[in-house]
Amino acid sequence: MEEEPRVTAASKRQPFKSSLQTQHNSDFSRCCHRKTISRPYSAHAPNARLNLPIDYSTTPLLNHTSQSALSHPELPQNVRQSKTQRQNLFQAVNSALRHALASDERVLLFGEDVAFGGVFRCSMNLASDFGAERVFNTPLTEQGIVGFAIGLALEGMRPVAEIQFADYVYPAFDQLVNEAAKARFRTGSTGMHCGGLVVRMPSGAVGHGGIYHSQSPEALFTHIPGLHVVIPRSPSQAKGLLLAAIACNDPVVFMEPKILYRAAVEQVPVEGYTLPLDKAEILKEGKDVTVISYGTPLYNCSSAIEAAEKDFGIKAELIDLRTVYPWDRQTILESVKKTGRAVVVHESMVNAGVGAEVAATIQEGAFLRLEAPVQRIAGWSTHMGLVHEKFNIPDIARIYDGIRRTIEY
Amino acid sequence: MRNAMSPHPSRSTVRYSSVSQRPGSDRVHFPGAVNSKFTTDLRFERPSTQPGIPTYRILNQDGVVVDKDREPSDVTNGEALKWYKDMLTVSIMDLIMFDAQRQGRLSFYMVSAGEEGIAVGSACALEPEDVIFAQYREAGVFQQRGYTLDEFMNQLFANSKDHGLGRNMPVHYGSRKLNIHTISSPLATQIPHASGAAYALKMQALSDPTLPARVVACYFGEGAASEGDFHAGLNLAATRSCPVVFICRNNGYAISTPSLEQYRGDGIASRGVGYGIDTIRVDGNDIFAVREATKEARKMALQDGGKPILVECMSYRVSHHSTSDDSFAYRAKVEVEDWKRRDNPITRLRKWLEGRGAWDDQKENEARSNIRKEVLKAFSKAEKGKKPRLRTMFEGVYENITEEANVQINELKGILERYPDEYDISDFEDEGKGLEQE
Ligand SMILES: Cc1ncc(C[n+]2csc(CCOP(=O)(O)OP(=O)(O)O)c2C)c(N)n1
Ligand SMILES: [Mg+2]
Repeated sequence: MEEEPRVTAASKRQPFKSSLQTQHNSDFSRCCHRKTISRPYSAHAPNARLNLPIDYSTTPLLNHTSQSALSHPELPQNVRQSKTQRQNLFQAVNSALRHALASDERVLLFGEDVAFGGVFRCSMNLASDFGAERVFNTPLTEQGIVGFAIGLALEGMRPVAEIQFADYVYPAFDQLVNEAAKARFRTGSTGMHCGGLVVRMPSGAVGHGGIYHSQSPEALFTHIPGLHVVIPRSPSQAKGLLLAAIACNDPVVFMEPKILYRAAVEQVPVEGYTLPLDKAEILKEGKDVTVISYGTPLYNCSSAIEAAEKDFGIKAELIDLRTVYPWDRQTILESVKKTGRAVVVHESMVNAGVGAEVAATIQEGAFLRLEAPVQRIAGWSTHMGLVHEKFNIPDIARIYDGIRRTIEY
Repeated sequence: MRNAMSPHPSRSTVRYSSVSQRPGSDRVHFPGAVNSKFTTDLRFERPSTQPGIPTYRILNQDGVVVDKDREPSDVTNGEALKWYKDMLTVSIMDLIMFDAQRQGRLSFYMVSAGEEGIAVGSACALEPEDVIFAQYREAGVFQQRGYTLDEFMNQLFANSKDHGLGRNMPVHYGSRKLNIHTISSPLATQIPHASGAAYALKMQALSDPTLPARVVACYFGEGAASEGDFHAGLNLAATRSCPVVFICRNNGYAISTPSLEQYRGDGIASRGVGYGIDTIRVDGNDIFAVREATKEARKMALQDGGKPILVECMSYRVSHHSTSDDSFAYRAKVEVEDWKRRDNPITRLRKWLEGRGAWDDQKENEARSNIRKEVLKAFSKAEKGKKPRLRTMFEGVYENITEEANVQINELKGILERYPDEYDISDFEDEGKGLEQE
């Protein structure tokens, strides 16, 4: 499941030929890791206008030039004057980890299959460059991995623990909820805490992951005081937010949208830098409706906004929450007070999702300015069944429709 | 057990008397250790100095019976041929489906290469009434119990005939008819399930003695055995005396992680011993050894009111972990080639059959070509199948569709109606009508 060789729609119509007669011996390095064509059942409808595949090479959400990458106002001055490099999201994560390992000897990196580079290639070459004492494979036990990481953090190290898929974090739930999140509170004036602990995990749908390779369990962790829950939208964001997470003195759950590992490519500053863990980011200003999301669905939001602006003559504001808990309520409230309308979008199930909290907060904090009920466009209240994935995630048409209903209310 | 600890336990004092130390006793008498002699020798148990648990085998690599007294005499040629063809079928299906994945006809696949003997060898020692929990590399268990090629293919292509209703990734088979619980991706979760299910069988047997004696067989990899659920499952099975046979496939790897980084100590077998579970290690490439060990394990599991048994089957994961994996990123090609040349469960049985005059090249070629045809027939039938109705996305979460889900179904219906060009639902059974109740 970890690296999905993609498929051409055409292949389905050809008669099947097996190479069985020849000794089976594919060249995996050639066919395994590189293709990015969508498979038959996630191909778009022939006459689709909205539900088209995201073109990551032109999306306004990525920095296609060095100049745009370096002009980001949150970057420190020295970084703004430095160089950039084209990277996808797993390479940016790798850069961040490399920077952290090189600049702080307390940083350790471990998890299942981390030593050879990880099933998503995020830790490539780190074991050889920083040594097997600091970058290593653990036995296959998520509760063990997180518990071990908490112990390290309690004794002053800065462990970065990898959970192979967010879908498999649940054995570690007890350690995260009862130990990591409560360490500072529970130990009181002893001053003990597990800051420096980062638990990284690939999350979200990829189109063919089914029940156990598609989950976005962020809302479960937003119901826990004591954990920061961060979800980057792009390579440059991933690098800065991950370095901020490692530097943070509280534990951080860091969810990496795995479909973006290869799909999202942009210019990323070469230097190390941190981005704020407590600030949402306004990606595009607008006056008529605020669209709030995080991670992968932001790309669909951006496309839906583009179509809606054309069709309805409106201007939409797009906000990336980035940290879904503790989250930047002020930025959202200010925006909605200005626009009077809000649409919240996420992949995970709508009930008790991040959108519920955002909607409730808007209702409490901007009720008199609201022109329409807050819309939630999210996963339905079901599991991510394999063949129905594309009907479950908030696609461009559903987001467009949500904006339309909000505008027309 | 209590009697062994204390010669005259009265019902009410047994808990207290067990901690008391009789004067002059030569052994520990604590509740947590009931048969430990006192010693003045300051000596740590050092697992590294103990001899390894031996590996049981019947055939050698050349398919020759090692100990003439242990000839598998209860095996008929017919049976052996059936098992041979079962292994062959799995291995041919694996090659075809691996290729098919490479050609983009399905999203994912996992092969059993090198481990067919463990699956088929153990399954043929079980009874149809026995209940199975599997991991994912046990297609041979399904094949041996009668899962049809159509059933395999319907699941792999997630069509509307798939028992899993297209909800699971490929290779997550399941069959009520064959008493095999549906495979679930999270590792090791099935191990405590197996203990609980075995306890259910035990309780049901107690209340209805006319039921056939049944055990649970539970398969898992040596990597999965690092999960907490493994330890919980074995400990529960031991303490509740559950009739369950735990079958570990130790194939040397968990994705990229070699066994030697997965654990220290003498494999998974030594864990069983630690939980007080009768345990055996078996050569997994020897289908007769696996079968005999499982048969004996099944018998023992039903004795004394039920108890768990652990069978650790040793083999080697010949192929990549899955179609998503490129194992040459972490192991040398020669290592794999050496293994392939040295030993293989299918070749071993083939040699044994040839030694008996029951098999030859011509039969081999015929069998391969027939199996291949059958697989491809099922393949193209299943590939053409429609996908399950859209409504199955909302069904099966609860026994009944909730009020909330009903509203969401209508919402989706509205979207499909308002934006018909945005969705291609022609591949789905009943298309847009598929959201309605049947
Ligand atoms: C709880 C959990 N963690 C991680 C994974 C990802 N994963 C899938 S298979 C696998 C390796 C399993 O190895 P092993 O149990 O030895 O079985 P084998 O693949 O060798 O047959 C891993 C880590 C998972 N499925 N479930
Ligand atoms: Mg293994």
